[in-house]
Amino acid sequence: MKLAGKKRIWADYQKEIPQDNYFYVRSCIRQNFFPASEVTFLRILRQELGKDIYEHIHHTTCSGIGYHSDVIPLETTMTVVARQFALMTEAGYENYACSCITSFGLYSEILETWKHFPEVLEKVRRDLKAATGREFEVPKHLAHASDIIYKMRHEIASRARYKLVNRYTGQPLRVVEHIGCHYSKMFPSKGVGGAEYPYVLAGMVEAWGGEVVDYPERRHCCGFGFRQYLVQANRGYSVANTQKKFESMAPFKPDMIITNCPGCPYFLDRWQYVIAEMEGKTYGENGFGIPVFTYEEVAGLVLGYDPWDLGLQVHQTAVEPILDKMGVAYNPEKKYLGKDGQNLGHPETPAYSKVY
Amino acid sequence: MGKIKDYLKNDIRMEEGLVACIQCGTCTAICPAAEFYNYDPRKIANIVQSQDEDQIEQLLRSDTIWYCGECMSCVTRCPRSNAPGMLIQVLRAASQDLGYFTDSEKGRQQLALKRTVGTWIVEHGYCIYPRKLSYENHPEAGLIWKWEQEHLDEVHERLGSNFDGEGPGVLRKIPQESLDELQRIFDITGATERFRKIEEDSARKAREMGLSDEEYFHKVYTENSGKHGRDPQ
Ligand code: SF4
Ligand code: SF4
Repeated sequence: MKLAGKKRIWADYQKEIPQDNYFYVRSCIRQNFFPASEVTFLRILRQELGKDIYEHIHHTTCSGIGYHSDVIPLETTMTVVARQFALMTEAGYENYACSCITSFGLYSEILETWKHFPEVLEKVRRDLKAATGREFEVPKHLAHASDIIYKMRHEIASRARYKLVNRYTGQPLRVVEHIGCHYSKMFPSKGVGGAEYPYVLAGMVEAWGGEVVDYPERRHCCGFGFRQYLVQANRGYSVANTQKKFESMAPFKPDMIITNCPGCPYFLDRWQYVIAEMEGKTYGENGFGIPVFTYEEVAGLVLGYDPWDLGLQVHQTAVEPILDKMGVAYNPEKKYLGKDGQNLGHPETPAYSKVY
Repeated sequence: MGKIKDYLKNDIRMEEGLVACIQCGTCTAICPAAEFYNYDPRKIANIVQSQDEDQIEQLLRSDTIWYCGECMSCVTRCPRSNAPGMLIQVLRAASQDLGYFTDSEKGRQQLALKRTVGTWIVEHGYCIYPRKLSYENHPEAGLIWKWEQEHLDEVHERLGSNFDGEGPGVLRKIPQESLDELQRIFDITGATERFRKIEEDSARKAREMGLSDEEYFHKVYTENSGKHGRDPQ
């Protein structure tokens, strides 16, 4: 297919994303592994773009990881989700923004189910009322946090301090984008670009000066598989799937990876380390891995935020190759310091994975 | 009608997940689990569609239903808009609620999932809670995680979290009244009962296997018989 034709198809898959006034719910996995990404998201929306985005202190996990590990029944998960909607309703919001793809897929699934089975919705209303006394409206709009950054991508580009461009060659950085299965594989119409041409991250990459890398296993799962990672005995499944992606992308020599999902950056970052330690194999340049980022981290780099404020020091796969290529200013000596400059020591150095 | 068929019929996901499967195998072709394990979602759809109570019971007692990663890649591609991954969710619920899950190595792992993710949700309000993720159980989380574990509060403070704090923010302490609400939701909607069943059946199995609670947990969390691969290992 001609490129112009593909672009036209993408245009057909646009979803409506509100401009402002969001009720924000967090991601369990991201809060554990990439806490600064959510901090950056709110910083960009509130301080950079002046948006109203509200976080309710009583919101909790959506229970999605438990649901997809099959220890939590659907009825329970639907009622936990209904409680989150009740908090949104009580706070006077209609636009629901979530920071997690597992949640996003789950919300999409539940909203569809309620549409097709109104009696289920009624039962959930009764259960929630009985358990908590709360009532709820369903959100008018459901957005994943990346949808919102996608929507604001040109505004972010207009404030860019750095671009996704290799300062040594002047060429666009070659970026692998990983969408996360539950973003649009279940309900293609809910994601920007659908399941065929997901554009949510590709749109950011292009707007910020990079070039998206196409490769055979671009849509393959990162390998999370819920129980296939969470139970130690099953982790071979997880690393094998990640390895399949890396083997497929490596010949295309990507400079970096941008991810959508809570689990994907973790798996793509950490399994590279494990593969290096187990097999001595690395996928990036000069014996390094391919640096992996969340979309907020990339947006933050483009906006010129300090890499250590973005939390790039808690990646296992070294990020410095990209900082150097982009020309981002950073102080290596501050990498592992605490908030008030206290010395927190230094992580141990792996045997094979190269770190700075 | 048999008890399994009755159970399956009552799950709305059956209606959404399986209509007139044509056995084309597209789901199997796209499935990451089918590549790694001795697993074939097309066969799952076939057995469920057959409504053969004995065959379905065998499935519920087997490792097979626990191989899927619930990635839902199959959903996008099925020409009949079926969702084998969703069928798996229904079968797994049935296997636990009807007491078959302890018959298989992979099924027994539900105890580990209940005692980690399941318990963290009601105790902390998060699926994953960092003080519980030890480097010993998660060496793959890397040496950076080891360092983070050693300086958990300071690292979160540096990164702008509100770890275990009052008010909004990353990893804030979920207020007790919210945890109480979660608990009541769990009680009313079946999660508490499923947890109880997982514990009870696992305890029985542990006795059968002559293992203490601790030994049984360790076994289900870590042991892999190596008999699950696509090619016999
Ligand atoms: S892709 Fe759909 S129709 Fe084809 S075998 Fe799988 S479930 Fe059946
Ligand atoms: S949801 Fe399960 S059956 Fe479907 S593609 Fe993913 S691993 Fe395979």
